[in-house]
Amino acid sequence: MPAVTETREAVETLGQSTYKWGFETDIEMEFAPKGLSEETIRFISARKQEPDWMLDWRLQAFRAWQAMEEPSWQKPHYPAIDYQDAFYFAEPKKKPGPKSLEEVDPELLRTYEKLGIPLHEQALLAGVEGAETGDRLPVAVDAVFDSVSVVTTFRKTLEEAGVIFCPISDAIREHPELVKRHLGSVVPVSDNFFAALNSAVFTDGSFVYVPEGVSCPMELSTYFRINARNTGQFERTLIICEDRATVSYLEGCTAPMRDENQLHAAVVELVAMNDARIKYSTVQNWYPGDENGQGGIYNFVTKRGACRGRNAKISWTQVETGSAITWKYPSCILAGEGSVGEFYSVAVTNNRQQADTGTKMIHLAPNTRSTIIAKTISAGRSDSTYRGLVRMTPKASGARNFTQCDSLLIGDQCGAHTVPYIENRNMTARVEHEATTSKISEDQLFYCRSRGLSEEDAVGLIVNGFCKDVLKELPMEFAVEAQKLLQLSLEGSVG
Amino acid sequence: MSGAEISALGSFMARAHEGQARTLLEQQGLPGRRLEAWRYTPLRALETTGFAAPAPVAPDEARALLARLAPEADASHRVVFVNGALVPELTSLPEGVRLVAADAPLVADRPISVLNTALAQPGLGLHVSAGADAGQIALVALVTGDAPVSTHLAHQVTLEADARLTLLDIQSGEGPYLANPVLGVRVAEGARLTHLRVQQDSQDAVNLAFVNADVSSRGLYDSFTLTLGARLSRHEVLAHLGGSNAAVHVNAAQLLAGNRHADLTSVIRHAAPDCISRQTVKNVIMEGGHGVFQGKIHVDRIAQKTDGYQMNQALLLSERAQIDSKPELEIYADDVKCSHGATVGALDDEQLFYLRARGIPHDEARAMLVRAFLLDALSLVQDETASALLDRRVETWWQKRDPE
Repeated sequence: MPAVTETREAVETLGQSTYKWGFETDIEMEFAPKGLSEETIRFISARKQEPDWMLDWRLQAFRAWQAMEEPSWQKPHYPAIDYQDAFYFAEPKKKPGPKSLEEVDPELLRTYEKLGIPLHEQALLAGVEGAETGDRLPVAVDAVFDSVSVVTTFRKTLEEAGVIFCPISDAIREHPELVKRHLGSVVPVSDNFFAALNSAVFTDGSFVYVPEGVSCPMELSTYFRINARNTGQFERTLIICEDRATVSYLEGCTAPMRDENQLHAAVVELVAMNDARIKYSTVQNWYPGDENGQGGIYNFVTKRGACRGRNAKISWTQVETGSAITWKYPSCILAGEGSVGEFYSVAVTNNRQQADTGTKMIHLAPNTRSTIIAKTISAGRSDSTYRGLVRMTPKASGARNFTQCDSLLIGDQCGAHTVPYIENRNMTARVEHEATTSKISEDQLFYCRSRGLSEEDAVGLIVNGFCKDVLKELPMEFAVEAQKLLQLSLEGSVG
Repeated sequence: MSGAEISALGSFMARAHEGQARTLLEQQGLPGRRLEAWRYTPLRALETTGFAAPAPVAPDEARALLARLAPEADASHRVVFVNGALVPELTSLPEGVRLVAADAPLVADRPISVLNTALAQPGLGLHVSAGADAGQIALVALVTGDAPVSTHLAHQVTLEADARLTLLDIQSGEGPYLANPVLGVRVAEGARLTHLRVQQDSQDAVNLAFVNADVSSRGLYDSFTLTLGARLSRHEVLAHLGGSNAAVHVNAAQLLAGNRHADLTSVIRHAAPDCISRQTVKNVIMEGGHGVFQGKIHVDRIAQKTDGYQMNQALLLSERAQIDSKPELEIYADDVKCSHGATVGALDDEQLFYLRARGIPHDEARAMLVRAFLLDALSLVQDETASALLDRRVETWWQKRDPE
């Protein structure tokens, strides 16, 4: 049977059962009143015991948001969101200061187990101190359960190195000077509709500060989950690397299955000073909705990094397999001379999923460099778009950009689109862009099949090969998970 | 063909959409930066420029203008418009080619088409019968005037099955004006239209051109646009491949200096299987020139085995030169081969050094490299007379323009 026919049939048989992490945990919630108003924001701010300046900042964002219009230029379509018909704050009821796992709600621990998230040895979570003695690079986990960070490990090791890694609400209280200086400095409150919304109502997220000359002794990872019905989640992440500091941050996501679409509008800000390095990796596998496009997460995220210092480097790597709609453009502002921006992306869409993702590389200084490698795979009835901007400003002498976008179509009911913007204002800056669109080659498939691989394994192999340039950028912990995810997302799309 | 016969054509002009277009124009105005397709070439500033209707020009004056601005069109079959009106005395057509009522249909979501339809003047209506080879016909549109005037010619060229035509489309003029020509093209089964356009408007002119081409099975619309003039110009092409094995080429070269702004925008829509589209666009930008390229290849679900290729390159020769480029693929069929590439940069120092080391003076070496850069695009023009004309125009432009 020709592969195309098989693909088509298989895609049709693909059901929601493939989302193996769909479940819901029953934990009592405390809600802010439904809807969005100044009162909601005051409630959130009060619950978070925030200082006045933070409340003012939120209110300023809220007023900006009220004056803004929801964007409509994008490719993905979704029914109108009623922002007044949602809860903006949900917090698991907790006893004061759950410092040890015994105090943590056992329901929550079972959730971690079911998640199968590579928190690696559960001992890491449980023992904290003892689990650090492996030969593998340890991983620090700031697990976010719904809106509030519940368990934070490794704090001590990090503290010794001078690294601050904590929930952002703690940072607002404990390191106000740092937060005040940097929060909103990369993504201003009125940057865009969803960033303004996030700025007004964000409830939690991570804060990382790596001081001068420090190489963060471990990979940092945060697992986001969305858990309560009707609560959108508004994470806020702020990572600051001072001169010559280095950090690698991992973010991975799974979410419970549910019927209603859920909005997720996070904001991530990265700041890299002279010779600093930030590597931000994402594996996103939120619930994509069923095969008819019912349910699924709306992932409308603003991610941006600023290379403020000389020779700073920010690298985004993302593997996007989940969400009903993925809509985000992790970007780099290359303001420091010789700074480097990188964007490596794999986006897989199946069934009715829609993705509109890419990056922006804004070259503001001489000899800045950027690389964009984007791989897009569409199957089922999905639509996937790469949209990216490369801007060379008059000061970006000798700047370089290389962009490669490849799309792979599996089945004849899907779409793959490429929309690059190139703006050059400097004659010595060079920009190169390449894009291709193709399907899985029959020859490659035949070659693998004749060597005894099943159709599905063959497609998995070819797809992994197609994405190799991106996957090799992932930290080890994620590379394995990402490969599994790719296979899982395309499961049933062939054979 | 008598003047009376030709002037009578105007009354055949179907103006059914004129009212609709006027309403659209009143409602929307000219496009601004917020309209995605116009973000790099906003026209709002034109709204405050008053354009008058151009004054008629006497045949003798028209003849002198033609000799001055488009001497190439002297020998060939030609249709000449001056200030938006046909000049019958200067027009001659080969056997087997009929002039018919021109009616380029309104494309409501294209502001250039709306503007044209709202103010349309009857243009060239050309009909080539099945199997006929009409050879080369020059379509010359000239504008002259001291105060800002505008012309809105609507042309329609129809090739019946297996017909052939090379259309040499020359746009030029003197003084400040707005030229807003629209060309509707219908290429029937197996027919081939070669459309070579030279836009050499005056330095004070604005040129907003729109080509709406519909290509049937096995047909070919092979186009090349050379943009040398106008302070602000946009050449927009909408090509529809409606039958299997059809092909379309939208090639172009834009040479810009001063503070000029030139925009090439195209949408090539593959709506049938086994079609081919090719696009090579080169920009050479000097001084404070601003080049824009927006090219979209759209592949419908049905258009399997599509072969689409698009290359867009810009050479920036000054610190103030600017380029905005947006090559776009929108693909809904899985068994396709589509690719695009774009590069932007300055002349290669090593190449320059290589030539200089062999005793070639700097200016000459530079000119040589620019010519080589343009050659990829210019060499796509197969027609020999047209190709020679393009080379000559580029050469003249370059010599006048290269004091740096």
